[in-house]
Amino acid sequence: MELMTHYPYWMAIVLMMTGFYTVMATSNLVKKLIGLSMFQTSVMLFYVSASKVKFGVAPVMTEGATVYSNPLPHVLMLTAIVVGLATLAVGLAIVVRIRGAYGTVEEDEIIALDRDQSSGGRNDE
Amino acid sequence: MTSDFAALPIFLPLLAAPICVILSRFGKTAWVISMMVTWAVAAMCLFSFAEVYASGEPLKYHMGGWAPPIGIELHIDLLAASMLVLVSSIAAITMPYFFRSVNDEIAREQQPFFYAAFLMCLAGLLGIISTHDAFNLYVFLEISSLASYMLIAMGRDRRALAAAFQYLMLGTIGATMILIGIGFLYLTTGTLNMSDIATRIDVLAPNRAIIAAFAFFAIGLVMKVALFPLHVWLPNAYAYAPSAVSPFLAAVGTKVALYAVLRITYSVFGHEFSFGGMHLSLIFTALAVPAILIGSVVAIFETNLKRMLAFSSVAQVGYITLGIGLASQTGLSASLLQIFNHAMTKSALFLALGAMTLRLGSNVTVHNIRGLGKRMPLTAFAFVLAGLGLIGMPFTGGFVSKWYLMKATLDGGWWLLTILIAISSIFAVIYIWRVVEAMYFGRLSAQSETIREAPPSMLVPIWLLTFCVILLGFFGNEAVEISQRIADQLMPSPSLPDPFSFDPPILNGEMP
Repeated sequence: MELMTHYPYWMAIVLMMTGFYTVMATSNLVKKLIGLSMFQTSVMLFYVSASKVKFGVAPVMTEGATVYSNPLPHVLMLTAIVVGLATLAVGLAIVVRIRGAYGTVEEDEIIALDRDQSSGGRNDE
Repeated sequence: MTSDFAALPIFLPLLAAPICVILSRFGKTAWVISMMVTWAVAAMCLFSFAEVYASGEPLKYHMGGWAPPIGIELHIDLLAASMLVLVSSIAAITMPYFFRSVNDEIAREQQPFFYAAFLMCLAGLLGIISTHDAFNLYVFLEISSLASYMLIAMGRDRRALAAAFQYLMLGTIGATMILIGIGFLYLTTGTLNMSDIATRIDVLAPNRAIIAAFAFFAIGLVMKVALFPLHVWLPNAYAYAPSAVSPFLAAVGTKVALYAVLRITYSVFGHEFSFGGMHLSLIFTALAVPAILIGSVVAIFETNLKRMLAFSSVAQVGYITLGIGLASQTGLSASLLQIFNHAMTKSALFLALGAMTLRLGSNVTVHNIRGLGKRMPLTAFAFVLAGLGLIGMPFTGGFVSKWYLMKATLDGGWWLLTILIAISSIFAVIYIWRVVEAMYFGRLSAQSETIREAPPSMLVPIWLLTFCVILLGFFGNEAVEISQRIADQLMPSPSLPDPFSFDPPILNGEMP
């Protein structure tokens, strides 16, 4: 059952593609950001599942444990979580400003508004 | 050789960024701090360049005293040192310009945050250049990208917000792709230090994981470089960003990503694997040719001048990747020259447009700059000179780099590419000429009667950069010598038999 031993990787791929699809298919900017977060989270799952050592415990000093999982990918993913959080925060802040400036968070409506603006004012003011 | 000057240029702006925000109540403190920091950083980068150039040895710094491969290493070779000088000196030269431009375009209470974001962006870019650790590269990439999303979103046109959001989406997807690539590399080699990865990849027979890592890196970096067809974020982002930021981002944003491409292909995967095994030449050439043509043609028909220059950037990125894709030493040094030349010309051009934006009070278009040649003679003339550099006229830096690029294509016998470069240079003549025609031969409208020349704090940076463009044309030999030394270091073996031969080894089930 090779399929089952690779279970976490399959889940990472499913998560990643779900996130990627959400980014591309939805028009709502907030939903796009949710998709983007899923996309980033799948990479964290990938790193953490790859760092698992057979019979290894979590990489924290424990009584009686001799085999530990690889701690380095865990540490890298702590940084990646911070990066993902910062991206989400900046993205949501921009969405709030977009809502204020355009009155909508739907991408197709924003594109339509932009097109009206540039074809209405020839001078691109 | 270990030196603290390798680490200080990254930490100084990182430390100064929060100070800008904390001291925001004291008038212009943020600008004064940024000014001091950028000039100090530029001085340190020049110093380390002089050191590396004289000794021929890279500068190294071990973060926290941990020796590599366990600790993070900063590693500044000649390529990194010259990129550091480019990025930090453009930041330092444009900083006096910020004073008027930022006052004009950014709300007073936002200004400290603006300077903080700019310093973070600078720190991130310098970090990408200096670091020798693959994961560190990703972190610095995200620091600089997040800061530049903020900077772009501060543009006063509401389209700046939409552009920043689009850039955030594509940029994050690109960076995440790079993160996956780093993951694959770490899982196969067990190390994150770049030279360590490189030696272990050489020993390992190339396997699917390494090929997958290369593919993820390629997609992520091409997104960051804004190579066609992944350039969609660039035109709006540069066009609607505040006038003070566009010159800096246009000059060094994509250039640092190109530096990352060179680092990853040459220092991590190695020349033979990237160009021999993975057919990077075919990929880069196939993407660079439409980038050059489409970027130039769209620029001709664009009325918003900042967007016009942004599309011209798409074409220029095409030239640079074309040179890298030729996989020869001449091609590589032509690309390096083009990186430097384009950074200086584009920032001078964007600075000139920013000065016109200040005086006109709105976005600069072909229509509203009519007659500005008489009202703002110095700014307009700098635009013309830098425009000549962009076209590649003799006695400008552009001529040297284009000459070498054409020479590289002829050396390889790809004369169709030589013709392509010539044709797109003619396109460049057309879109620069439209501006010149409007500025010098257009009729002055009644409202522009009151327009005065740009203030000295703006003229000095514009002319300093324009002067650099001309200087590069006269001191072409020195620039060529440095770029050839870098190309020698990156590509010790002369060149591959035929980088354009295509036999797909992966499809046959065997590994390259």
